Amino acid sequence: MDTNAIYVLWLRDVKRFFRAKSRIIGTLLMPVFFLIGLGFGLGSIVNLSVLGISGNYLDFIVPGIIGMSLLFISIFTGSSVLWDRQFGFLKEIMVTPNSRVSIVIGRIFGGATSALLQSLVIIVIALLIGFSVHLSLMTPLFIVFALLIATTFISLGLIFGSIISDFQGFQLVTSFLTFPLFFLSNSIFPITTLPKYVQYVMYLNPLTYGVDGMRIALTGSGMFPVWIDLLALVVSTLIFGSIAVYAFKKVDVG
Amino acid sequence: MIIEVKKLEKEFGTLRAVNNISFNVKEGEIFGLLGPNGAGKTTTVKMLTTLVKPTKGTATVAGYDIIKDSNNVRKSIGIVFQDPSLDDELTGRENLEFHAILYNIGKKERKKRIQEAFKLVELEDKADVLVKNYSGGMKRRLEIGRGLLHEPKVLFLDEPTVGLDPQTRRHIWDYIQKLSKEKKVTLILTTHYIEEADYLCNRVAFIDHGKIVALDTPKVLKDKLGGDVVSLQINSGIERLKSEFRKKKYVKTISNRDGFLELTVDEGEKKIPEIMATAQKLGIEVSSVNLHKPSLEDVYIYYTGKTIRDEGGEGWKGMMRSRMRQR
Repeated sequence: MDTNAIYVLWLRDVKRFFRAKSRIIGTLLMPVFFLIGLGFGLGSIVNLSVLGISGNYLDFIVPGIIGMSLLFISIFTGSSVLWDRQFGFLKEIMVTPNSRVSIVIGRIFGGATSALLQSLVIIVIALLIGFSVHLSLMTPLFIVFALLIATTFISLGLIFGSIISDFQGFQLVTSFLTFPLFFLSNSIFPITTLPKYVQYVMYLNPLTYGVDGMRIALTGSGMFPVWIDLLALVVSTLIFGSIAVYAFKKVDVG
Repeated sequence: MIIEVKKLEKEFGTLRAVNNISFNVKEGEIFGLLGPNGAGKTTTVKMLTTLVKPTKGTATVAGYDIIKDSNNVRKSIGIVFQDPSLDDELTGRENLEFHAILYNIGKKERKKRIQEAFKLVELEDKADVLVKNYSGGMKRRLEIGRGLLHEPKVLFLDEPTVGLDPQTRRHIWDYIQKLSKEKKVTLILTTHYIEEADYLCNRVAFIDHGKIVALDTPKVLKDKLGGDVVSLQINSGIERLKSEFRKKKYVKTISNRDGFLELTVDEGEKKIPEIMATAQKLGIEVSSVNLHKPSLEDVYIYYTGKTIRDEGGEGWKGMMRSRMRQR
């Protein structure tokens, strides 16, 4: 493992993250609109207690919105491979004596760090508009879940970024992918409200477990035991991560 | 031999981009791969730098096999790519720093070498500016500085001056010569600019359709064409002068065309006084003298039967045509 390569690629992403102020604001806008629109707008007519879920709707959807923003940012981060190929920086990395695995890990760490920072900002905004965190021993687990969600979906983004070489194609595929992943999870409504056959699809979605885990960490209650959420995400990270390494090894830099 | 290429071949589908080429590069020399776009230069470089795997054959770079020992090859080489390969969102210094870390250079050494690199390519005052604010020539210089940071044994320069204005090109040439002298690094240069190869390279290989058609020093290649051409414009007495020159040993061939008498000689500039004296002795008035030394361009035409610009496509056609007329 080439720790230097991992460190450099991580540092590069973090530096670029803090430099691209407009991008930070841009990626924060959508979750904030969702928070306000759904949290207040829809929240006033939703009664979760019918489903046996305590607390108000805003508390319910904050982890979901964070999950959404993690999903979108992570898949977008995967597209950095495409940009690097376009601007030639990929070649510079590829001719250095560093293993492809380290390069993938560095990119994932870098992307996950900036995704985590953004989700922390969303929590602060949510707190300002009335979200309340249920502090417990579980609360720090939020960071673990946020990082695992990011790792899973950055890997997914890297897979597509490595296979697809044009931007339009990448955008088409990812938008076809991100919205179903978002809606077919428990981000904005409880799974149990949907027909059985849709529920099965949702059980296959890593985001479902990620959001559930963050919900346990932030509000104290979820639909699965926390260890199931953790296990599911670790498995999805390993699967997508390995495929990402494989796909990245095949990338044609010529 | 720092590079030994043995029967290297690369096929892309049905296209044979590089066709069974072999050559050696000596330590410390500036070696040029010259040919039109699409001749196989860049593919050759990509194979030698381990970015692309050869279909057949192999090569050793700095003693390491490019297929079996690619990681050690990567440690021994530096590359300046044809297209920019910098991170625009980072400063020049950060680009160099990241590169140095990727090559495991310790912090203290890193600082020293980066300072040196900026000095070498004269970008000290731009070190902390974001690369997206650099001009094309500055980017290229930064890349050259970066390529040297890990002190490679061999530095590959793929079309180092393509897309740069003539003045900047001259600048880059100076840097390349400077670092060849100061750093003692072996340089492999690909180009489709004949002047560039002529000006910079110790030895040049002409590549056409994936094959090496000629390889030698620019001087030897040019000498093979038979020497310089001195053409004299004469109004009368051409035949008399011709028979006089036939007696002279130093004149290799004689021909006349549109009132011009053309003599092929070695070292034309030294023969002109003698030629003039001969004409004067016969009382023949010479109204103009023109000396044409064969260029690498002429060598290229000789070996491939076409001009490099026909395929390279980058202007200058008028100039070429007038040069061709002289031959």
